[in-house]
Amino acid sequence: MELLSGGEMIARALEDEGVEYIFGYPGGAVLHIYDALFKNCKVPHVLVRHEQAATHAADGYARATGKPGVVLVTSGPGATNAVTGIATAYMDSIPMVVLSGQVQSHLIGEDAFQETDMIGISRPIVKHSFMVKRTEDLPKIIKKAFHIAASGRPGPVVIDIPKDLTRPDETFEYSYPKTVKMRSYSPAQRGHTGQIKKAAKLLLAAKRPVIYSGGGVILGDASELLTQLARKLNYPVTNTLMGLGGYPGSDRQFLGMLGMHGFYEANMAMHHSDCILAVGARFDDRVTNTVSKFCPGAKIIHIDVDPASISKTVMADIPIVGPVQSVLTELLAQIDLLTEKDNSIPDQSALERWWQQIDEWRAAHGLYTGRRYDESDMIMPQQVIESLYRATGGDAYVTSDVGQHQMFAAQYYRFDKPRRWINSGGLGTMGFGLPAAMGVKLAFPDSEVACVTGEGSIQMNIQELSTCKQYNTPVKIINLRNNYLGMVKQWQDMQYEGRYAMSTYEDSLPDFIKLVEAYGHVGIQVTKLADLDGAMEAAFAMKDRLVFLDIFIDPMEHVYPMHIAPNGSMKDMWLSKNERT
Amino acid sequence: MRRIISMLMENEPGALSRVVGLFSQRGYNIETLNVAPTDDPTLSRLTLTTVENDLRIEQLTKQLNKLVDVVKLADLTEGAHIERDLMLIKVRATGTAREEVKRTTDIFRGQIVDVGPTVYTIQLTGTSDKLDSFVAAMAGAEILEVVRSGVAGISRGEKVLSL
Ligand SMILES: Cc1ncc(C[n+]2csc(CCOP(=O)(O)OP(=O)(O)O)c2C)c(N)n1
Repeated sequence: MELLSGGEMIARALEDEGVEYIFGYPGGAVLHIYDALFKNCKVPHVLVRHEQAATHAADGYARATGKPGVVLVTSGPGATNAVTGIATAYMDSIPMVVLSGQVQSHLIGEDAFQETDMIGISRPIVKHSFMVKRTEDLPKIIKKAFHIAASGRPGPVVIDIPKDLTRPDETFEYSYPKTVKMRSYSPAQRGHTGQIKKAAKLLLAAKRPVIYSGGGVILGDASELLTQLARKLNYPVTNTLMGLGGYPGSDRQFLGMLGMHGFYEANMAMHHSDCILAVGARFDDRVTNTVSKFCPGAKIIHIDVDPASISKTVMADIPIVGPVQSVLTELLAQIDLLTEKDNSIPDQSALERWWQQIDEWRAAHGLYTGRRYDESDMIMPQQVIESLYRATGGDAYVTSDVGQHQMFAAQYYRFDKPRRWINSGGLGTMGFGLPAAMGVKLAFPDSEVACVTGEGSIQMNIQELSTCKQYNTPVKIINLRNNYLGMVKQWQDMQYEGRYAMSTYEDSLPDFIKLVEAYGHVGIQVTKLADLDGAMEAAFAMKDRLVFLDIFIDPMEHVYPMHIAPNGSMKDMWLSKNERT
Repeated sequence: MRRIISMLMENEPGALSRVVGLFSQRGYNIETLNVAPTDDPTLSRLTLTTVENDLRIEQLTKQLNKLVDVVKLADLTEGAHIERDLMLIKVRATGTAREEVKRTTDIFRGQIVDVGPTVYTIQLTGTSDKLDSFVAAMAGAEILEVVRSGVAGISRGEKVLSL
């Protein structure tokens, strides 16, 4: 067996694990590890400009590929800078392994230089964490960390490594375990057949069904099965913000996103449904509006790999714990069985009436059909997303930051495929978009990657323009420039009589064009609608350049529909500034 | 309703803080908490009591089960079970109180485990209710110090919480 130091073990274990990129930033506590990476490691390391960006880049990589993102940071400030990114991954169940340096074992607890209790700080935002006590344990712990991060309901795992355990002059036998066995960790492998049978029956008996699917379908690679199921039954589908792309966005059966800024027809269908099939979704408060008024007439079937997601906020009538892929496979088989044997099929005339009703809702207030823009020369944010959609053939990876631009992107870029829409849904982290786009572009250098952002969000991690230069990640940044913290302003318009408390920059915004040029990239300013499509095409034609499109949009536009809260139900929405349901 | 939740967890550093942290993170109260190693040195047994409604208890046990360090968990209050809390209580024992304290201790089947010229230290085991009643019965005496172990529990009959 080979003898390796702790630092070398880490480098080798990451190779053996098949890691494609390490996103990180060096510092005292991890210098042995960095030296080992430098000397002999096939895995390329991406040097970010802030540790938060390392976690978001690893996160973007993970969302696009399905493989765990890997982060390496030093102790103290390196570790604390990574915290927002770990929390972001945790809230959206993204597989990630974060290696953080720690002060030498004998100094722990003494308030040593750059000491921070990373295990303690990260405890509520990790799926699990390990404090390494003995160098020999490193391969086993790394193997476990990857296993835990990627299996069951995925999530981030932190490994905290005291510096002395990585020193080059102490070597140990190295072998990387092939499998992991943990008596205390065994995520569900399949759903309960009895429950699945019940679900099949209930589904077939539905008169006003809706399939409501979330991020679990994307994470569980089950969008094909979900699509098959929906098509077989001709049932309408709505996706959560995290679930977009789980069902083809341009399909007739797709009702659009649901929830706070969900489509009118999606929210109405949910509210009036008699049977909701929830797949890999978690009845989040941004979906349900007031829980006690949520979908009063619906029986609920809830499939999720995490038992704690079921009946957490909304009680499920038929809970099914299991990986969505295996449960949907079995559910499809049970439905086939019922249709063949008992000739049991959904009540077609009821279904037809249901679709008629949905089409009426859609015609009345659907975003693609019912909405009209003002005939001004100002660019509307929705038009930017539609222009982006056209320029990329609807096939780009789109990351976003947080705010109005995020909602417009979610509403207007009709994602047909899973893993294309990459945003921070659960934590709502401004600053996510650019580093995430970097991670995606590294994973798929030949695909188009766009980052839809606002002038507020982009400034939270704008330093990564430098990383993009160093590693040649020519993403396209679509800045929806409204000169406000737009989403904050929208709430202030609606609830605070337009008092814009600290949501304006008072002419202090940088000249973004000069700024991106200073970083070695291309900037294009767009102020007129007539120039929009041309600029968009020009940006994507520059295959190997990062292009920043600074697009001046109507600053007064709001995101609609918007749930009326507090005390509203799914069907209570603002449809425009002065129109409500 | 009051629940006694008992679990086996990996005897690893940090395991306890994950369990306790989960309570504050998700807004649950812990009334008593008792942790100690078991016959298997790799496992410790943790028992806690909490007062919550059924829905919240279901969510809580699911969240606890999700913790990677928690190997097995049972809500003992779901079946017949035995619960024991241990109390050491130091009371002033002078004059007539000395005899009165002794008598009450006997009635509750407690033991005086340390005797000083002016104090008795009494040991008492039983359910939390019994210990509460004892403290109430001691109201006439001057209580100097109370320490309790928190509830430890086990199921009756064949049912076991083990691997
Ligand atoms: C790190 C962080 N801080 C604060 C917020 C609260 N917040 C949500 S949206 C928003 C405004 C975003 O402005 P901008 O990025 O310009 O996007 P716009 O809404 O204008 O499209 C703010 C401040 C947040 N989500 N994340």
